[in-house]
Amino acid sequence: MRSIQASLITETIAELFMEANYCIGEDVSLAIDAALVEEPSPQGRDTLRQIADNYQIASSERVAICQDTGMSVVFAQLGQEIHVENGDFEEAIQQGVREAYLQGYLRKSIISDPLFDRVNTKDNTPAVIHTRIVPGNRLQLTAVAKGFGSENMSALKMLVPADGVAGVKEFVRETVEKAGPNPCPPIIVGVGIGGNFEQAAIMAKRATALPLDTHNADVRYAQLEEELLASINALGIGPGGTGGRTTALKVHVLFAPTHIAGLPIAVNICCHAARHLSATL
Amino acid sequence: MDSLSLRMPFDPEQLKQLRAGDSVRLSGYLYTGRDAAHKRLIALIEKGEPLPIPLENECIYYVGPAPASPGHAVGPAGPTTSYRMDQYTPRLLALGLKGMIGKGLRNQAVIDAMKQYHAVYFGAVGGAAALISRHIISSQVVAYADLGAEAIHRFEVEEFPAIVLIDSQGNNLYETGPKLYKETYL
Repeated sequence: MRSIQASLITETIAELFMEANYCIGEDVSLAIDAALVEEPSPQGRDTLRQIADNYQIASSERVAICQDTGMSVVFAQLGQEIHVENGDFEEAIQQGVREAYLQGYLRKSIISDPLFDRVNTKDNTPAVIHTRIVPGNRLQLTAVAKGFGSENMSALKMLVPADGVAGVKEFVRETVEKAGPNPCPPIIVGVGIGGNFEQAAIMAKRATALPLDTHNADVRYAQLEEELLASINALGIGPGGTGGRTTALKVHVLFAPTHIAGLPIAVNICCHAARHLSATL
Repeated sequence: MDSLSLRMPFDPEQLKQLRAGDSVRLSGYLYTGRDAAHKRLIALIEKGEPLPIPLENECIYYVGPAPASPGHAVGPAGPTTSYRMDQYTPRLLALGLKGMIGKGLRNQAVIDAMKQYHAVYFGAVGGAAALISRHIISSQVVAYADLGAEAIHRFEVEEFPAIVLIDSQGNNLYETGPKLYKETYL
């Protein structure tokens, strides 16, 4: 058994959310730089330049990249040999979110009731927490600050097995085309295929937080990622949606076993400001 | 890209000259407003009560800024997605609103009202919030302080970078722009 203080979890989560909101990952900034070279649209290049400049300003001044500092999502992999001391595991995470948003000049965007009251909780909690208990004595935490401009453009569909690869391609392309300029392109597209209704959605969210320079380990799915990216970038939406070839920087696909009767698919769209960061304790 | 400089509140004649795709720099005063503030403005209009802000020739920026850190007049303040305001917008255009700054698609009812009242929809770069906030000189809450980031602020801006997305004739850069780059994909 290994002990971890709840206060260390809080401290780590707070740091991850602040850092993720101020400093874009190098994989994203390199992808934007590469797009600046390739993008044929002058307006598109101007948009990409503003995006690149904005990353610089945000990290050097330590201010948020985007005013929508997101709904906080945490993926936790908790080693089963860990004992959390002096506090509750989930509350330690919520406290970390609270501290990041209150002390880090991040916008508080969460409301307690979605339909009737819509009153702000004033500390950006509660975060959405996905925990898996895994072998070992380490705790891995991934903080995702997910903006809602892109979240609102996401979609899920229960395809039937007969829809197959063509159905998957059509749904992804259609979802991105319908989103158009709304999710702040260039976007990162997370696709979850298989599992059931909720598992597909969670996979899609996890897929948006994978490094851009990686691909699915299964060569067929890696190929599918490439084909989906090409089909999306043929839509012409471009940076900011005003036309161009850089509509998506990356498509990540995750898959899971499913039922004989189903082919669930979820598409989670993430804006270019893909803010996520991990730490292992 | 060469940019045209415009002052807010707008000169309506100058706005009519703008065309979708024009790059502009906006200076002067504007009001912020997003979902919750729009809902309250419309409720006042429906009750026939006075509004807390003027609309004639004014510009509304769809934004909910992040808090300002020390040394900044305003926190990061990029555009939010505009379609969420679509069901409220025609009423405001009818009362003289001439400009909107946001990002993303508008519905046909908004575009029709923009043509009728000669208004312009400007776009700022989504996710360029820290860069944009450098063009905001001052910020003052003028209504609905209880809404926090969603309160109506009056911003003084200087050389705020924007493009014309939809002009007063209804020309739409979101339609014409992507058409130029759309490829057949099999």
